[in-house]
Amino acid sequence: MTATLVPTAAPTSPSSFGSRHPLARVALRRIAGGILTLFVLSVLVFLATSVLPGDAASAILGKQATPDAVAELRHAMGLDRPLVVQYGKWLAGLLHGDLGNTAAGYAAGGRSGVWDQISGKLGNSLVLAATVFVPVLLLSLVLGVLTALRAGRWLDHLVTTVTLVPAALPEFVLGTVLLAVFFTWLDILPPVSFVAPGASPFATPETLVLPVLTLVGVTVGPATRMIRAGMQEALLSDPVAVARLNGISEARVVRRYALRNALAPSIQVFALIAQYLVGGLLIVEDLFGYPGIGKELVDAVTVHDNLEVQSVTMLLATFYVAVTIAADLLVMAVVPKLRTGGTS
Amino acid sequence: MSALLKTYSPRRVPFGAALRRRTPKTLSGRIGLALLVLTLTVALLGPLCTPYSPDRTVGIPFAGPTAGHPLGLDFLGRDVLSRVLSGGLSVVLYAGVATLAAYAVGLTVGLLAGYSRSWLEPLLMRLTDVLLAFPALVFLLLLATAFGRGITGVVIATALIQLPPIVRIVRSAALEQSLRGYVEAAVARGEGTLSVLRREILPNIARPVAADAGLRFSWSVLLIAGVNFLGLGLQPPAADWGLMVSENRGGIALNPSSMLVAAALLGALTLAINLLGDALAGGTE
Repeated sequence: MTATLVPTAAPTSPSSFGSRHPLARVALRRIAGGILTLFVLSVLVFLATSVLPGDAASAILGKQATPDAVAELRHAMGLDRPLVVQYGKWLAGLLHGDLGNTAAGYAAGGRSGVWDQISGKLGNSLVLAATVFVPVLLLSLVLGVLTALRAGRWLDHLVTTVTLVPAALPEFVLGTVLLAVFFTWLDILPPVSFVAPGASPFATPETLVLPVLTLVGVTVGPATRMIRAGMQEALLSDPVAVARLNGISEARVVRRYALRNALAPSIQVFALIAQYLVGGLLIVEDLFGYPGIGKELVDAVTVHDNLEVQSVTMLLATFYVAVTIAADLLVMAVVPKLRTGGTS
Repeated sequence: MSALLKTYSPRRVPFGAALRRRTPKTLSGRIGLALLVLTLTVALLGPLCTPYSPDRTVGIPFAGPTAGHPLGLDFLGRDVLSRVLSGGLSVVLYAGVATLAAYAVGLTVGLLAGYSRSWLEPLLMRLTDVLLAFPALVFLLLLATAFGRGITGVVIATALIQLPPIVRIVRSAALEQSLRGYVEAAVARGEGTLSVLRREILPNIARPVAADAGLRFSWSVLLIAGVNFLGLGLQPPAADWGLMVSENRGGIALNPSSMLVAAALLGALTLAINLLGDALAGGTE
């Protein structure tokens, strides 16, 4: 239904000279656009964490701090310099891969790099995300293709309904229900995912189960739906009809003709899941006390560590934009007709 | 003459009638409607019939269910039933305000932009791109850093995030309608811009726009509940389903209902909107 509302993409006609590498050109344009977006974002993020009330120095020292102590900390953090200088220093650092120091470190009298603070947690989050990805990938591909082949039958209805329910719930609601079942009643899983600093979450796999179950439950429904739609569209396409008319066996038609065309939209599905996880991890890691980047960001916001918030936010946004661009380019690489802007 | 021209206008189906005609056809649609009525009733009328004050400590923290307190007590020894009954209003209210505010502005700007085919589009595209380069929750967290904790900032931010996509949807729908013959006829018989927008275009884009508004409301509920759960929105001692799940986490073993009932009602609300939305979308296919 929304399809009718989406304006058709303006035909971005390639220059009359044509190009031998249309994909490379699109790639360059998308990456340039991504960098521009990130630049605009960096200004917004910096302004939001610097200009508005809630100076990091006074927030960290608390209300009892003497004005002298606040001034000293402001100086150490570089907050007494003009905003443009602060922004330039921060951006230059980011471009060199330096995320700066945490405000908490300054408050303690020393310095602690944001990267040192978050690198282990970033690793934990990547482990969690990867562990979510594998089952979602397998489940949604199998269920999506199966339901498309059995569209309108009982299996289709069953899968659609069963996967819709957890997907419609807020993450923390689903997580709470799972907690009640597996901790309170069955008592087989820990309520808090404690992972020792420096240790791999795989060393204590039971800490991963509930966060992974929650995130899989939330994502598998939409992923299945989108793959089902892509597969259904492929099954109705002309090549499939011609192949059937030629008497090619249905199994071969599905495998050789339909599946391949259905694969392209599913790349987008997995990009969407990766993007969703950036936000989803915030809630789930907080709920289960899982020491990842999401919980780290929530904690930094809670204690007003503006310096850490701005760097972590930019890191997440960069990942987000990179996934978007990579997925678009991958789809274009798989479906050649998209390269010229939808002149099918 | 004008009566003659008027007949070219597509027939308008009143939205309420369309809703009534469509919803109950499928089982999941009916379940959705029933759940929605149930949760909205609890949310809107609940605060009027609480057995205790939702803010008063009446016993030992996380005490289990008794005859006087059928859902037990929460982490401060307050009556869970009373808090559940009062905790839905804020969920519906703040999400509703955010969605309404976004739509009030978005509908106006989108209609004008679509009808006048203005320069607004490239600006909107860029703005949406920047907002899309960001998980909404991270954006809210960033604003919470800027404005400090509190529900006002969260509601404003939620409305802001939704504004660009709303303008885009309304704009493209209005643009499509503005090229139709009945709009030309209205202009030809001398209707003013405002009148064309209100009497010709608006009724014809009402259905897709209403469906979108429903989904955005559900999205607002999810987002605001998420921020409340993280402790960066509504502050204690407010009774709110999202906040209740968060603050009673320590008692999941002692009195599970202190968390579960609020979680279930919140889940029922978002599930209901999704089921209804599905039923409506299925009806238009």
